[in-house]
Amino acid sequence: MESLIALLIAAPLLGAALLLVGGRRLDRVGHWLGTLLAAVSFVLAVVLFFDLLGREAEDRTLSQHLFSWVPVADFQADVAFQLDQLSMTFVLLITGVGTLIHLYSVGYMEHDERRRRFFGYLNLFLAAMLLLVLADNYLLLYVGWEGVGLASYLLIGFWQHKPSAATAAKKAFVVNRVGDVGLSIAIFLMFTTFGSFAFDTVLPNATGTSEATLTGIGLMLLLAACGKSAQVPLQSWLGDAMEGPTSVSALIHAATMVTAGVYLVTRSADVFNAAPNAQTVVITVGAVTLLFGAIVGCAKDDIKKALAGSTMSQIGYMMLAAGLGPLGYAFAIMHLVTHGFFKAGLFLGAGSVMHGMNDEVDMRRYGGLRKHMPITFATFGLAYLAIIGFPYLSGFFSKDEIIYAGFSKGGGQGWLLGGVMLLGAALTAYYMTRIMLLTFFGEKRWQPDANGHEPHPHESPLSMTVPMMVLAVGSVAAGFLFNLGSSFEHWLEPVTGIAHGDSPVSHGMVSIAATGVMVIGVAGAWFQYGRRPVPVVAPTGNLLTRAARRDLLQDDFNHAVLVQPGNYLTRGLVYVDHKGVDGVVNGTAAAFGGLSGRLRRVQNGFARSYAVSMFGGVVLLVAATLLMRAV
Amino acid sequence: MSFPLLTATALAPAIGAVATAAVPAARRTVAKWLALGFSLVTLGFALAVLLRFDTGAGADRFQLTESHWWIRDFGMRYELGVDGVGVALIALTAVLIPFLIGAGWNDADPVEGEAPANRRWRPTQGFFALILLVEAMVIMSFAATDVFLFYVFFEAMLIPMYFLIGGFGDRAGSGDEEGQARQRTYAAVKFLLYNLVGGLVMLAAVIGLFVATADQLPEGTFSLRAILEARASGDLEFAQSTERWLFLGFFLAFAIKAPLWPLHTWLPNAMGESTAPVAVLITAVVDKVGTFAMLRFCLGLFPEASHWATPVVLTLALVSIVYGALLAIGQRDMKRLIAYASISHFGFIVLGIFAMTSQGQGGATLYMINHGIATAALMLVAGFLISRRGSRIIADYGGVQKTAPVLAGTFLIGGLATLSLPGTGPFVSEFLVLVGTFSRYQVAGIVASSGIVLAALYVLILYQRTMTGPVKAGLEKLPDLRVRELAVVAPLIALVVFLGVYPRPLTDIVNPAVEHTLSDVDRQDPAPQVPAEADSGHEAGAEHE
Repeated sequence: MESLIALLIAAPLLGAALLLVGGRRLDRVGHWLGTLLAAVSFVLAVVLFFDLLGREAEDRTLSQHLFSWVPVADFQADVAFQLDQLSMTFVLLITGVGTLIHLYSVGYMEHDERRRRFFGYLNLFLAAMLLLVLADNYLLLYVGWEGVGLASYLLIGFWQHKPSAATAAKKAFVVNRVGDVGLSIAIFLMFTTFGSFAFDTVLPNATGTSEATLTGIGLMLLLAACGKSAQVPLQSWLGDAMEGPTSVSALIHAATMVTAGVYLVTRSADVFNAAPNAQTVVITVGAVTLLFGAIVGCAKDDIKKALAGSTMSQIGYMMLAAGLGPLGYAFAIMHLVTHGFFKAGLFLGAGSVMHGMNDEVDMRRYGGLRKHMPITFATFGLAYLAIIGFPYLSGFFSKDEIIYAGFSKGGGQGWLLGGVMLLGAALTAYYMTRIMLLTFFGEKRWQPDANGHEPHPHESPLSMTVPMMVLAVGSVAAGFLFNLGSSFEHWLEPVTGIAHGDSPVSHGMVSIAATGVMVIGVAGAWFQYGRRPVPVVAPTGNLLTRAARRDLLQDDFNHAVLVQPGNYLTRGLVYVDHKGVDGVVNGTAAAFGGLSGRLRRVQNGFARSYAVSMFGGVVLLVAATLLMRAV
Repeated sequence: MSFPLLTATALAPAIGAVATAAVPAARRTVAKWLALGFSLVTLGFALAVLLRFDTGAGADRFQLTESHWWIRDFGMRYELGVDGVGVALIALTAVLIPFLIGAGWNDADPVEGEAPANRRWRPTQGFFALILLVEAMVIMSFAATDVFLFYVFFEAMLIPMYFLIGGFGDRAGSGDEEGQARQRTYAAVKFLLYNLVGGLVMLAAVIGLFVATADQLPEGTFSLRAILEARASGDLEFAQSTERWLFLGFFLAFAIKAPLWPLHTWLPNAMGESTAPVAVLITAVVDKVGTFAMLRFCLGLFPEASHWATPVVLTLALVSIVYGALLAIGQRDMKRLIAYASISHFGFIVLGIFAMTSQGQGGATLYMINHGIATAALMLVAGFLISRRGSRIIADYGGVQKTAPVLAGTFLIGGLATLSLPGTGPFVSEFLVLVGTFSRYQVAGIVASSGIVLAALYVLILYQRTMTGPVKAGLEKLPDLRVRELAVVAPLIALVVFLGVYPRPLTDIVNPAVEHTLSDVDRQDPAPQVPAEADSGHEAGAEHE
């Protein structure tokens, strides 16, 4: 069984290699080849899953050692994999949703002449993401970590001829690299502390190590997680990443890659459990981001950017839950999976809408689309109900558990976290209802584009709608299945541990409260966008609205604090290098005996001058040696 | 007596240089194939060196040794021998040269319509002969274990390099032809002056070394092996101040060649003005002699002084890393951008050497190899692009990806390797340098890590400005890579990926050499805080699975 793990990664990697190097010969079959290899990976994942299920709970870890990668003295990095319950959950999500989105892209990218390359990149992403969750040490994880960053870079910038796409791609990579510095330093610290960065050395030895060191490692891991998962303060790339094709947004920037930060924190549970200060920072980051993303999501008129804000916010929930320690790990992952279903479904729905609307993304130019796209409407609607936490759909279970875990933290902190998360739930209901109403309800508001083409909204082909239907089913049912006898919690328990705190409020109360705020959020959106016609041009709005439309001024801040001073610095240094450093060194050289100055003047006699100095040197040498012999 | 393999490896390109130079003016193509042929023969010898080199436990430190008297009266010997670092660098040199010849195939052809000054004018022959001559001298520098012998080749290679830089521009500079010629001359002169100054100071130090050994040993010597042995046995111990002065003399020369901030300003001029293959020759091959010599001579001969100088050297290395990267971000000329990126990378190499840990020095050695290959890939593709448009200015490009996707793709991979993406060789070496530095000097390791972000900036900005966006006017019909060009770039890319996935062949060779150097300087790796006593069997156990 173990040997299947490598194949899991090898299949999409082979696809990427074939599609990217194979050339135009593969243009006609490339997309199917890519989809097939993704499906192969999924089938292998299912086989491995049933193998794990057939074992005792404590025995559900498979490992495979391929080869010794970088051995330098005590530094021993291996290419080796570890499949346990946590990895398995991710592998199923990645390959399952991944295969569906490959299938969807066959139709979605049909008219793109570079479709083969697109599938090559998607396969590359799958391979890197699987490597990330299957690595048995942090350095190999790092390879997957930057690998998904590369795939993300290539796919955000897939339409490279658009300057905005190229800029967004670069921004995503650079911001992520800031996070990667964190991961690097975390690994340095692990190496100097434990002499290793393999999970099975670092994690068991974490308890009993100095708390300061663990806090350092934890914070550096968190920095990495903030980059990959678009958490404050490294959140600014995600909105721009929507420049990529929508199926990419669904797979990478909603369902899988952006949740890698949550994986990293959960995987490093032993480190964080022993570093409460780091945990507090994780919780804070999660709480801030969940509000930040929700506020931004309320203000955006671009359907994909509104959904991107939502993604940030939902990952904020996961991050917060992971910060709660064993109280929350299992629910962070559970929400991650259910979110994978409904958010992928929402993005695919958005893509389907755009597909039928000449790639229009402004929701103020949609309206009444439910009649034109019934399947998209139905699947999008189910995912919508799931994300706002409609009772007994998947989001209801996973989010309520997180809110309950927040209260269980106890004391004032518990109330604060619970309150923030309930506020976030109300905002979630508000912005999602807003998207729903603007897109599918009300009067049609679309107009002919600059070339006089009026959009003719139509339902998308089966290759696109089938994945949407499957995800809709997942959005509805996943939470219920996971909660049957707390099955999901128990599945993950051996990896993440489980704890129950003393919540001041009961489970039922939390559910009632969450449902209550959801109703408030839905009603708020209805009053604003359902009851009366929506203006095609957005009203100016108040200060907060305007700030939220500009992503709460994140880019203005970064520009003023980092980009602009950086530009001045590099420009200044270029000047200094040219005038200063060069001048000083030349001047110093000239001062020493004027050698350089004299040589400079006899511009044409260099070979001669050189010969003279060589000769001089040799004479010097001979003289010195002879002198020494004489002494 | 066994076959003098190292001599043969160095002699092959030297003979090739003479043969190529002798080809008549009209037979340019013959000269090219002859040069390529000799570079391949050299590669064959280098591979033989690689195969003959014993990496097993208990193998000699210096292998394939040859030793003869050269100038008996002055204690100068013709002494050759290689450790793992030398082997790896000889292999790098021998691998790169055929690609450089292939990439520069047409770079030295006489410009059409330009009547030769006289019938004996043979620029093409000269170009390839000079490249082979440099190769011969570089290989000798890597193989020489006699300090004076090393010095001779270290200095002598300036002469062919001077002519390569000054004589063969890439015809893409700003200004008219005369202005270009002036810039080229300036670059060549600057290169020569900087290195000459370093060389002369080093010559004094080399003589000083002989004098100092003559003081204590029965006979003065330039032999590295003899000095190492004498030091180990306690027969030789330099006075503190002597050792420090000698160290400085050597180090200055190597820090100019490598080059380290603030002695770096000759490099952007030299790399900017010369043709792309010569630029690669400078940064990927010739400059490596500098970092190689720091590791072998500075640390090996002057361990105490190396410790003494470490804080200053580490600081200069850190400044180089950050400064080079920031300057690269600010460049408008793509070849100068790559030159500044190289300065940043040399900072990493020096940092790794002076961190005095297994990971630092092993990483630094791997860095020399990987930087050579990655920069070659990036610079050669940049050269292909420049030759198409006749400009080095980044702003003259845009949207190349649309018209020449293969060129853009290879450029991107070269760039990603330059920014040390995992999966490529440079990642392994950069990470090792950083972790090796961090384990002894935490702050230095963290400061150097900023290079991770800065490298992403200069590479991706370069890619974005040249390759993406709308197609720039005048580039609509830009041809994609030709077969010859692809044949040059594809193997380099394959190699850079291979060394990222499976660096074992390199680490196996380099590790023993690094252990020797560390014991020369009497340093051990810092021990981890939490000794993993229960898991000590883990790594070893994993091997057997």
